[in-house]
Amino acid sequence: MKAALAELQIELTPYQINTLSQAAYTGWVWTTDNFHKMTILPETKQILFNTIIYVTFTLLLFNVGFALVLAIATFYLPKGQAGIFRALWLLPRISPSVLYVVLWKWLTWDTGFLNAILNPLGVAQRNWMLDTTLNAWVFVVLINGFIGASMGMILFSSAITAIPKPLLYASEVDGANRWQQIRFIILPQLKWPILFVTVYQCLSLLTSFEQILLSTDGGPGSTTEVWALAAYHNALDNYWGNLQYGYGAALALVLVVIGVIMSFIFLRFFRFQELVRQPRIEQ
Amino acid sequence: MSQNFKNWPILTALVLATVPIVLMYSYLVLDTVTNTEPGGILPSSFTLEHWRFLYENIEGKANIWQVTLNTLVFASSVMLLVLSVSSTAGYALSRLNIPFRREFLAGVLILHAFPSITLIIAIFLILQLIGLYNTLIGVIIVMTSLQLPLGIWIMKGFYDSVPWEIEMAGLQDGASRFTVWYHLVLPQVRPGIIALGVFSFLSGWGEYILPTVLAPANNVQVLSGYLASLIADDRNFEFNLFKSVGLFYATPVVIMYLFFQDKLMNIYGGGTKG
Repeated sequence: MKAALAELQIELTPYQINTLSQAAYTGWVWTTDNFHKMTILPETKQILFNTIIYVTFTLLLFNVGFALVLAIATFYLPKGQAGIFRALWLLPRISPSVLYVVLWKWLTWDTGFLNAILNPLGVAQRNWMLDTTLNAWVFVVLINGFIGASMGMILFSSAITAIPKPLLYASEVDGANRWQQIRFIILPQLKWPILFVTVYQCLSLLTSFEQILLSTDGGPGSTTEVWALAAYHNALDNYWGNLQYGYGAALALVLVVIGVIMSFIFLRFFRFQELVRQPRIEQ
Repeated sequence: MSQNFKNWPILTALVLATVPIVLMYSYLVLDTVTNTEPGGILPSSFTLEHWRFLYENIEGKANIWQVTLNTLVFASSVMLLVLSVSSTAGYALSRLNIPFRREFLAGVLILHAFPSITLIIAIFLILQLIGLYNTLIGVIIVMTSLQLPLGIWIMKGFYDSVPWEIEMAGLQDGASRFTVWYHLVLPQVRPGIIALGVFSFLSGWGEYILPTVLAPANNVQVLSGYLASLIADDRNFEFNLFKSVGLFYATPVVIMYLFFQDKLMNIYGGGTKG
């Protein structure tokens, strides 16, 4: 086809050639075109950047950061109060995702709750979730972070309860304040759970796009379009209707490769050998 | 725990951080039975009109009871399939000396570690090829297979903690491997079975992407798709209606959660969502 174009002396950009060869698709061929396309499209850089922002902020602020705050704070509260907070923070995780995102929309949209509160104070009515890129990012991180915080909270909480009580009493007798207790007794005990949650959630965040799809759908423009969402959009839900299965699958394959590499590291760290000990009856 | 430290700074900070959740969920319940003036904060009148979707069809949408039935069939089939496969596969991987056991376990763990939603494009094409696209059976099979790595892994963990002596004793007395598993070991892992069952039911109940992509037709729609299509429809944009449908949708989840909270912690600690 490229030869035919040269014959007719039609000059096209690489992108146009690509589009044309896709439109002229006639059968199953082996090709690396999709990966080539991935490296030349400017969108790729954008979604890569978006994915890094999304994973970093959600992970650090909520899945690890806020989860730690929740676990340590509820540890210091009386049992009843701690139970209430833990139950409340599990709500986002157990709610069906469609409903959960509707609640966020209700909070932020033009006719939503934030506007109802802020209007009388003289703030102009607007769609808080979608009107600027910054706002969209804030809410993408919040929506995903509120769900993600609970896993870290549960794991860290159980790790904290496993700390021998005499250690804590002794530190108090020695005059440690709360900050010192957290810094020198609790946090060192949480090293492994923190590492575990970081690696595990990093992997989950990389491939999760359901909440973003339901809330901003990558908008405004494509400023919150992350890698997994781009794969989904290209292959299954394209705005222009020209579904590109091959390109979408190529994007997804990148995630699979990252996932497999990371899980091997994961297995190294978390003692796979112990998990596969030989069974005993047949020996 | 420590009496030497004051509680109120922590309590205040936590309460502030939790405000969005409390607001969202209390208004979820409140708004389904009330109307609010535009721009108002508190509800102004009581009404049941938002629940009209229960007895009349919303224009252009499927019947809610049909949709609920679909969701129920979907979630319970996924639960049953996941339970039957995981409880046997977990036992085999934990206790039997099968060939390639190590490799199989590594495979399961890797599949568990990266959410298999990355495979959805390929699955979509395959389902179309074999004619299961737009059928409930197709989505059930796909959902089950995506849940299995986690299920097998969890059940293996539970079997690992059952003492060998129980089985040895059974075998000494002349019982077969199957009898030992069914009558002696299975009762020991009941907490795991319950937790995994509830968990897979809830995942099936809440799943959105798989049914939407793999079975978008009206007659096989599930509640998540129903709610999403209501919101996407510009003709009647009514948050209170969305919330009523949403509450109807979430009630079984919350009830199950309240009953099985402690058991579920086992699994949520292992986490599957981002």
